[in-house]
Amino acid sequence: MCDSCGCNLTQGNRHLLQPGGRLEKTEQGREAVSVLKNLLHENDHEAAHNREHLDRHGVLAVNLMSSPGAGKTRLLEATIDALGGELRIAVIEGDLETENDARRIRDHGIEAVQITTGSACHLDAHMVHQALHRLDLDPVDLLFIENVGNLVCPASFDLGQHRNVVLLSVPEGDDKPAKYPVMFRAADLVLLSKTDLLAVLDDFRPARARQHVRALASSAPVLDVSVKTGGGIDAWLDWLRGQLDARQRSRRTG
Amino acid sequence: MHELSICQALVGQLKALARERRASRICLVRLGIGPLSGVEPQLLEQAWPVASAGTVAEGAGLVLERLPLRVHCPSCGRDSDASTNRLSCRHCGDWRTRLVSGDELLLDSVELIREAV
Repeated sequence: MCDSCGCNLTQGNRHLLQPGGRLEKTEQGREAVSVLKNLLHENDHEAAHNREHLDRHGVLAVNLMSSPGAGKTRLLEATIDALGGELRIAVIEGDLETENDARRIRDHGIEAVQITTGSACHLDAHMVHQALHRLDLDPVDLLFIENVGNLVCPASFDLGQHRNVVLLSVPEGDDKPAKYPVMFRAADLVLLSKTDLLAVLDDFRPARARQHVRALASSAPVLDVSVKTGGGIDAWLDWLRGQLDARQRSRRTG
Repeated sequence: MHELSICQALVGQLKALARERRASRICLVRLGIGPLSGVEPQLLEQAWPVASAGTVAEGAGLVLERLPLRVHCPSCGRDSDASTNRLSCRHCGDWRTRLVSGDELLLDSVELIREAV
């Protein structure tokens, strides 16, 4: 959202500002000041700065979000193994505590910066900014930001990423998009992960998960993947390549 | 529970605004919040006294305007009300709607008292 041209004004809130609207009334001695800025204005500003920084280096940044344990790190490991020879990858890991995930990534020969948020339930643009300064972006094509495992808070904070990928693992149930609409609306791609478990958790219907995503008016592709069997991984890799190609084309055409 | 972070960001904006406007006190803060903003108004209200304590906005009233959730359907051209997990067109059923309002997280306006000159 832009804070300068008035596009924050919508049909839903315009009446508040019109003469006689609630924002017009003030008590004596007080001065009313119209602001009309996003509450997360400062975060969004920093996120835009991060995005410019990434763009200058020609890096595509993908923000991975999910519940804890949906398989984000495992998916990254498989992605690095598959694409390592083709693309230069770096990873920013977000967790409340431990360097465990960064260590797992580094074991695959990839640079990884761990952000430990302490008690914070999400990454924000400032944390990612600091992490970016610890990475040499020149030799990087693709940066993954693995957000804190949480289907609520990370959805509200722009980090400067180009794409959001949300994982929904089979054990979580196929109605998660209906329960966490803000998160799933933010997704550019939804991955139904751990689909090897569909054989035993037969109450999860991928078609139903797709319906719940469409009910959010989201046209994001929904792919079934299993890192364990390798099923669907090619489609995920193709999606990544497609995003990279599209960005490179738009860079060339300015 | 990111409402405290959001309240802290709000207090940061209010401090800057008070400096800019030479305000000695902020008395009232009006926010516009949509159901798809990802913020729980009740939790924001609870976090507000904690986040604003000791600042120029301490004691200020917090007015939360809950904004409606509305979608526009490009297929049939009509607008309709929606719920947070059902954003399809209520008229023709098409799911490919566009949000008209409902994801706002806006600092609408504040009321402040200027420093005595």
